[in-house]
Amino acid sequence: MFSTVMSASVFGVESRPVNVEADITDGLPSFTMVGFLSAQVKEAQERVRTALKNSGLRMEPKRITVNLSPADVKKSGTGFDLAIAVVIAAAYGKISSERLEGILFAGELNLNGEVLPIPGILPIVAGARECGCHTCILPKANEKEGAIISGIRVFGVRTLAETMAYLKGECILKPVCSGEIEEEEAARYEDFAEVGGQEAARRAVEVAVSGFHNLLMVGPPGAGKSMLARRIPGILPPLSLEEKIEISKVYSIAGLLTKDHHLVQQRPFRAPHHSITAKAMAGGGNFPRPGEISLAHNGVLFLDELPEFSRETLEVLRQPLEERRVCISRTGGICSYPANIMLIAAMNPCPCGNYPDLEKCLCTHSQVQRYLSRISSPLLDRIDITIEVPAVQYRALEMGKNGETSEQIRARVLLAHKVQERRYRNTSFRFNADLDQNGIRVYCPLGRAEEKMMQEAFEKLDLSARTYYRILKVARTIADMAGSETIKVCHLQEALCYRSIHKRYWLNR
Amino acid sequence: MEWLWLCSIPGLYEADRKKLLQVWQEPGRVYAAVKGRTEKLPVLSEKKMLSVRSHWDFSRVQEAYHKWRENGIQFISCRNPAYPQQLLQISDYPSGLFYKGAMISGEEVCVAVIGARMCTYNGRNTAETFAGRLAENGISVVSGMAYGIDARAQAACLEAGGKSYAVLGCGVDICYPAENRELYEKLVRSGGIISEFPPGTAPVSWHFPMRNRIISGLSKIVVVVEARKKSGTLITADLALEQGRDVYAFPGRMQDALSAGCNRLIRDGAGMITDIEEFLEMNGFFTKKNDKEKNSNMVLASSEKLVYSCLDSDAKNLQALAEETDLPIWQVMGALSALELKGLVSESGKNNYVKMK
Repeated sequence: MFSTVMSASVFGVESRPVNVEADITDGLPSFTMVGFLSAQVKEAQERVRTALKNSGLRMEPKRITVNLSPADVKKSGTGFDLAIAVVIAAAYGKISSERLEGILFAGELNLNGEVLPIPGILPIVAGARECGCHTCILPKANEKEGAIISGIRVFGVRTLAETMAYLKGECILKPVCSGEIEEEEAARYEDFAEVGGQEAARRAVEVAVSGFHNLLMVGPPGAGKSMLARRIPGILPPLSLEEKIEISKVYSIAGLLTKDHHLVQQRPFRAPHHSITAKAMAGGGNFPRPGEISLAHNGVLFLDELPEFSRETLEVLRQPLEERRVCISRTGGICSYPANIMLIAAMNPCPCGNYPDLEKCLCTHSQVQRYLSRISSPLLDRIDITIEVPAVQYRALEMGKNGETSEQIRARVLLAHKVQERRYRNTSFRFNADLDQNGIRVYCPLGRAEEKMMQEAFEKLDLSARTYYRILKVARTIADMAGSETIKVCHLQEALCYRSIHKRYWLNR
Repeated sequence: MEWLWLCSIPGLYEADRKKLLQVWQEPGRVYAAVKGRTEKLPVLSEKKMLSVRSHWDFSRVQEAYHKWRENGIQFISCRNPAYPQQLLQISDYPSGLFYKGAMISGEEVCVAVIGARMCTYNGRNTAETFAGRLAENGISVVSGMAYGIDARAQAACLEAGGKSYAVLGCGVDICYPAENRELYEKLVRSGGIISEFPPGTAPVSWHFPMRNRIISGLSKIVVVVEARKKSGTLITADLALEQGRDVYAFPGRMQDALSAGCNRLIRDGAGMITDIEEFLEMNGFFTKKNDKEKNSNMVLASSEKLVYSCLDSDAKNLQALAEETDLPIWQVMGALSALELKGLVSESGKNNYVKMK
């Protein structure tokens, strides 16, 4: 008898529906599985056979063929076990086929017939809703994660026997209510009020966050660069539910969602160590896994000691920073992960970190040069704002106690974001940082005085065309923060101070 | 030709040449002795003797010289009347010099401007102004084309229309450091690149003290702009004193690491430059007044005035300026950018600012 049931395989952050089919005929007893399966999926037959037996289903020796279609997509993972077990039971006629329509199954089985959790539940459930399924049957441990998606019934099951009983109509399962998970504990971030002094850096951070610009902080060790960076998620606007789901999908695939935290509530803050490889940064592997860039999606990717990262790792950042997603090509096809990140980088001005204090800095010219040349200019070109974070004076430490709180800063950031949202409605841009040259021409017009000033700056300060455009983008953000419709001279002047470290400062001293 | 042969032997230094010449007086006789006989020469170590003996014969030297000439490299021996007379005064003057561009002529007066590679912005400015003033008064600047003070002084000298000579610790065909390629090309055009080492010699550390004696030897006066307590620059200054040259230094504050060397020189009796014009006058260099107008009246906004008044010749960062002026940070940044465009302020490092005038 033939039977079919729905399941799904995860590819990138999206899931693709997979039909699990089974047919049972007379003939020499055998169990064959086809459909471009990886070793993990092929092993399912032993797990399924034993689990069915231990769940009280006696399988007469027959010829069993299982196919996972579409057959040209590589399938991996252990999430098909439950679907295969159910479809075989149906093919034996133990469950009626009608009962299975519109239900998606996902979960791993152990030999005892228990249903074990799998990664990637969130995209699977989201995909199921899109295919028109009305119900998902998932491992109990994953049920809350699946319930985040509204508009579809989600059941969590502990064992295969329980599943069969439900399908036979012998018992009733209670669907997990998506309302249960709505209100979680409010996201907790470290507060900006704890940062002592550093007005310049705080201002730069605020500008960067307001326009979603990437930021580079230059300063000696212990100046508070990491401290500032860690507080950035706290001044970004609160996450919307869609954003939370987007982030959770990535975390779900990476297997980083725990039983208690099935929905990511906080803006991600990822600070990989500088020994990270290019693959770990971008994602990849035989069975692609999201990398740090994707794990920082909708949040902050903080690279401390930027020149210490390997060149390969840094170069890998270039394309995702532009396209806001990472594409990984593998034999199984191309999968893409979201990577809408704010890049915050920090570095010392020289290997010992004390430049420009020449009393302490004893680095030679060539050492400094070698250190700085590790960052390629294409990467620097994607960083709009550079600021120095000097060593903190004691007085500033004292004063810092009554600095502004993250709440106050966030309120201003929200206003600036609103302005941009209104301006870029119906365009491909979201923030000032996204503007390309055409966008700059349209949205950053200059008055006569401003034009004259920029021309002067271009000539006197030896700016490049790229730097020029970046200054305009940053000036646009500063104007938005000030609530000004047009970019004024004072906005440009401030933006000039954030321009990138030019080779000049180091090379010819 | 004989001198060229003697001077182009790789790995042979001036002291070795002097030893050979002590025995045979003339390079021609050294050649005859080395090439003719096979007996062991007690003058030099065996390794060096081998390199002397296996060196090219005259025809090969001739060939090599033609090739060098094609690349603009010339040679001058100490017997040539065009050899800088100033240099002959020192005890260990080089037997011959390779050069690219021009050689210092008899009537030219040279001043060596030397200093630290990792210099402060202030020191760099001093070197530039000083070298510029020297050039305007027809004095040539001799230095080592190293990063920092050396290169800045030479570049400023050329910019002011003067001549400048770089003495290298490697062959004249090698631009060391490679980043100064632009300066190197400029020096070949209006000045010269000088070295006692044959073309192709690599820049190795022990060559530099040797070339330092030539820097001071070619100059009438040696001026040290910035130096740490233990600095190669001080070697040059010591050599200059041995050679009977006048040594001057720019004084600095006691606490500044990069002035420690200069201050020590002054303590030990070097001249102190507190006023460039005075220095020029005292040494009879003064021919042309400094005609750069200094006090042009510019209209500054009040915040610009306030920020400007807090700046000085040492770099200050944004944070410090904001604290001193008590202005909101964006106003300080605005004022700094405006001042920078007016040429009153320069950004010496990322968000570090110095006063220009």
